[in-house]
Amino acid sequence: MRQHSIVRRLLADPASALGAAIVALFVLAAVFGPALTPFDPNQSIYESVRVPPSAQHWFGTDHLARDVFSRVLAGARSALLLAGGGTLVAVLFGTAIGLVSGFRGGWLDEVLMRFFDALLSLPALLLALLLLGTLRAAYGESVSAIGRGLGVFLVLAVVYTPIVARVVRSVALGVRGRAWVEAARLQGERLPRILLREILPAALPALAVEAALRFSYAIFLISSLGFLGVGVQPPNPDWGLMVNEGRRNLSQVPWAMWAPAVTIAVVVVGANLLADGLKRALMERDLQREKDA
Amino acid sequence: MSAPLLELRRLSVAYGGLTALREIDLSLQTGETLGLVGESGSGKTTLALAVMGYLPPEGRVTGGEIRLAGRDLAAATRAELRAIWGIELALVPQDPFTSLNPALKIGAQLAEGLRLHRGLTRAEAQARAIESLREVRLPDAERLAAAYPHQLSGGQQQRVLLALALSARPRLLVLDEPTTALDVTTEATVLDLVRDLLAETGAAALYVSHNLGVVAGRTQRTAVLYASELVEDAPTAELFQRPLHPYTRGLLDSLPRPGQRRAAQPLAGMAGRIPPLNDLPPGCVFAPRCPLANEQCHAERPPLEEAQPGHRVRCHRWPEILAGTADPAQPLTATAPALARAAEPLLQLEDVTVAYPLRRTLAEVLAGQPRPAVQAVAGVDLQLGKGRTLGIVGESGSGKTSLARAIVGLAPHSGGEIHLLDLALPPDVQQRARPLLAQLQMVFQNPEEALNPYLTIGESLSRPLVNLLGLRGPALAARINELLEAVRLPAEYAARRPGQLSGGEKQRVAIARAFAARPELLVADEPVSALDVSVQASILNLLHRLQDEQGAATIFISHDIAVVAYLADDVAVMYLGRLMQTGPAAALFKPPHHPYTEALLAAIPGGGAAGVRLAGEIPSALHPPSGCPFHTRCPHSLGELCETETPPWQATANGKQIFCHIPPADLLALQPRPEARP
Amino acid sequence: MFAYLLRRLGFLLLTVVLTSLLVFLIAQVLPGDVCRVILGREAGAARLAECRADLGLDEPAAVRYLTWLADFLRGDWGESYATGEPIREWVLGRVRMSIMLAGVAFVVAVPLAVGLGALAGLLHGKWPDTLISIGSLAVVGLPEFVTAIVLIQFAAFRFPWLPASSAIPVGTPFREALPALILPALTATLVLLAYIARLTRAGVVEELRQNYVRTAELKSLPRWAVLLRHVLPNALLPTITVIAISTGWLVSGLVVIENVFNYPGLGRLLVFAIDRRDLPTLQAIVMVTVVAFALANLAADLLYAALNPRIRVGE
Repeated sequence: MRQHSIVRRLLADPASALGAAIVALFVLAAVFGPALTPFDPNQSIYESVRVPPSAQHWFGTDHLARDVFSRVLAGARSALLLAGGGTLVAVLFGTAIGLVSGFRGGWLDEVLMRFFDALLSLPALLLALLLLGTLRAAYGESVSAIGRGLGVFLVLAVVYTPIVARVVRSVALGVRGRAWVEAARLQGERLPRILLREILPAALPALAVEAALRFSYAIFLISSLGFLGVGVQPPNPDWGLMVNEGRRNLSQVPWAMWAPAVTIAVVVVGANLLADGLKRALMERDLQREKDA
Repeated sequence: MSAPLLELRRLSVAYGGLTALREIDLSLQTGETLGLVGESGSGKTTLALAVMGYLPPEGRVTGGEIRLAGRDLAAATRAELRAIWGIELALVPQDPFTSLNPALKIGAQLAEGLRLHRGLTRAEAQARAIESLREVRLPDAERLAAAYPHQLSGGQQQRVLLALALSARPRLLVLDEPTTALDVTTEATVLDLVRDLLAETGAAALYVSHNLGVVAGRTQRTAVLYASELVEDAPTAELFQRPLHPYTRGLLDSLPRPGQRRAAQPLAGMAGRIPPLNDLPPGCVFAPRCPLANEQCHAERPPLEEAQPGHRVRCHRWPEILAGTADPAQPLTATAPALARAAEPLLQLEDVTVAYPLRRTLAEVLAGQPRPAVQAVAGVDLQLGKGRTLGIVGESGSGKTSLARAIVGLAPHSGGEIHLLDLALPPDVQQRARPLLAQLQMVFQNPEEALNPYLTIGESLSRPLVNLLGLRGPALAARINELLEAVRLPAEYAARRPGQLSGGEKQRVAIARAFAARPELLVADEPVSALDVSVQASILNLLHRLQDEQGAATIFISHDIAVVAYLADDVAVMYLGRLMQTGPAAALFKPPHHPYTEALLAAIPGGGAAGVRLAGEIPSALHPPSGCPFHTRCPHSLGELCETETPPWQATANGKQIFCHIPPADLLALQPRPEARP
Repeated sequence: MFAYLLRRLGFLLLTVVLTSLLVFLIAQVLPGDVCRVILGREAGAARLAECRADLGLDEPAAVRYLTWLADFLRGDWGESYATGEPIREWVLGRVRMSIMLAGVAFVVAVPLAVGLGALAGLLHGKWPDTLISIGSLAVVGLPEFVTAIVLIQFAAFRFPWLPASSAIPVGTPFREALPALILPALTATLVLLAYIARLTRAGVVEELRQNYVRTAELKSLPRWAVLLRHVLPNALLPTITVIAISTGWLVSGLVVIENVFNYPGLGRLLVFAIDRRDLPTLQAIVMVTVVAFALANLAADLLYAALNPRIRVGE
């Protein structure tokens, strides 16, 4: 019932509903996209080079005569796998660390948080470039797509875990002194149950907002890496990479650049809208609760 | 009678579709002080803000008029209100800690209004600001004017807000629970100050409070609000002596009077709960809780009628109540008489100390200095017998909560020993085995936080049963039902979540949970102070009924000395982490007292007699005063002896132990005897 | 205040040490054998051994880290694997270029963003707020490279005299570099603008709810006085921290922007170093950025402390 009312509040606001719809569409595209592509995203269609958008090629074809719509659709999966996967790992680790650190407090908390502060002073893109650059320097082009993917994944996890951990920690720190948690300790609850049943539920709202935000930043980061030519390698359909390729042929096939560029923007803005909407819905609910009380 | 200064005519206010005030008629003469009493949800703060013309954005006057000296404020524009605010009409808000701008100096905050309205120069305004700080009896006004709010205590901040409100000599002062956030002794001094200042400036005052006692000695008239309705309005003395509305009567009976003891005069708790604004009863709003309610009461809204000159009441049955043919008092729930128990010792505290370590700076670490610590509890010795009730009284910073938490293991004690029967308790709750945990349970102050909002009531109640008693299956379900029944809640509550319960109901569940594992000792830390007055008495009754039934000993902690005296067998008074006085509750109100106890007794709101008042602030526990910790504020300090020597424990003739240099006989001569009570 | 300063300085040191450790782990330990990287796969065992001895790879990792850190602190950053140039001069020349770009963006973006954010916050719920909020959200969602390309297209159409490529020589004086700076700085400005404005707005809205605002209004102060004297000083204090955090945002943005415009800053060099597998240059760039970022944060902390009476004036 509680969750239900949040979803209702969220969907009642047009902007948040739009954000939720965009994210949902994106996830659907990532799951089913590769099966639905009308053309092979990496295959040139020799009879139709640089065709403008049409009924057959919705987003036209690019300078190598590949169907842009198929490529955009196919690109959704790697974007979701990397951004979603990286976010998920960061959320899992961040939650675990944040819960323990916030509940235990003391020197452990102090050390972890100082360490995370330091980690946070490394801009994410910089760390990603360092890691991927080193991999390339050490192992050359032989680093497989999977290796690069793992690298990006790792960077996202390393950079976002501290952020998520801090969010969860601050909630845990606030909640651990609440009477219901103290009562649980007096009633002989064991630590895992205290963390998961007494504290975690209180952190879920903030966690949901943070996850949506992290996800949007992750898409952003991955497309930046693609654009810089450090992430996924051609000819794989990566949105950032497609923008970069499209830009070189902008005068002949502008649609080949605009289609992925707009897609990135729409997904990032959508995830941002969702995060904003979630935050607002939760705030309104809390206000409502205060009034009821 | 001249035209009233403030007149509300059939004033109605709504938030969205919710009625917060319904057709309020009320007036206030020039220079008069009117108390406005109500519980949360009664609409009293809404009324205060409506009079100020400062309703929150979603609030709206839906009918009626607010006339201040003839002008209708309900119809006034913002610009018109701005010509009145601060000049004719001023507010003293409830929460001093957030009501001053943290980024501006006190002097500047006082001066800016003066510069604007009176066209004073910067220097003149500053001088006037310092003057107004002196008016509210703040010592060292120049220094305070140059300070920021965070450097002031709550009491000082509230005085600054009072100075601010009075600086332009308004004709009407609206005080919205001005002392609720303050300690009892601070509250007493601020209340005295308000009374004196009102007399000096001749301002009229609308005094909003949830506390009848606060209003009692300080207002000429008192109006009672309940669930958006004005239910009674009378001269204060008459209202207290002969309340006509059953709700007013219930409120008066809910509070223990000083010296009232539970064995002789039990409190009559009010049944039920305050109706939420979206679900007001169709007839009289109080009918569902009223012992006199009949069919007419449930069906028909009573009119506000003048029962006696100046005494108005909104009740169908006032003529019978006035004639004495109907009794509006709440029925007493039968309580088992407390059994005389052998004082077999249960809990023993020896020299217990609780210290919270502070952080050291890097330089201090390098210099090898020991870690500084705040001593929240310093060397406390106490005993508690089986089945007895020990009350601990003190203000914030007295260490009473730390002591309670040390006993249950939430704040590990750093020195001394705590014995339960013959067992020395491990300091940290994590080191205590489950059978031991079952012996010691606690009821917390804030019912809003007492229950995990994500679990159902049944789940919350099941945890101690599963963990500590090992119950499973049908036995578990049966015991949960038993517990709900014991705290007078319907069995279907097991499936509800805390969000669906009122504050009082949550506290009932929390009490049920604490008694679930049949503890030997229950620690109750201010269990009713966050509840509405009308609910408090029934919770107190519930607590001591369960305690009697189960034979559990109780430590009852409160800032309210009257409540403690009512409930407890023995009372301990704490100040700055130390015990000041111990002794039987029956002797608490009879001198000789420790001077601090004397001040606490004098500060009881509604106690009437103005006794000693404490000057200054509670010293920091980080650097407690030398000698007697109370000497910096003691009205009877002997000077050097008290400043340098630790006081001895002295026994009095009526069975108290007092931590004081002054001989009990001398104290007896210094302290007034309590007035004889019928 | 003094203790606060010491604590912040200590934290700065800790940050640099921890991040340098991370950089060392990634750049020195992760690749396995640096000599193989330098000499290639076909190098003989003898040359590899010689190289390892030269670079001190036989030492334990802790010693290698300390030597590496000491070298960095001394300013001995080595030579580029790609061009053989001394890295320090190379990198520092580019640092100047990047700071020039970032400086222009900051000077334009910060006052504008704070102004717009505060305006939106003060008028929250009204149409200027909606406009600013939607606008900033859209810009936050646009990756820098998209914004940059849009701007290039727009400028080519409306202001054909603006150079679309900013490939100027390193060391160009500010005055001469200005035309080449306009488009990249504008891109960076837009990104910063949206980010700072959003957070400033949130701060102002939060502050408007505080009780002291009521106290001020009930003094009959005019609306502007309530906002300027009471709300804004409290609301803007936290934006100092926001601006400091946004420097990290800017660092990432600059890498992309410099590459879109071929502007010869640190970010361009970074991608060049990756392309050419120039590991020492890569490390040096990351370390310089970390130090610069940490210093910016320290400056913000100190400013915050100096302006916040709760820190400046103790209890």
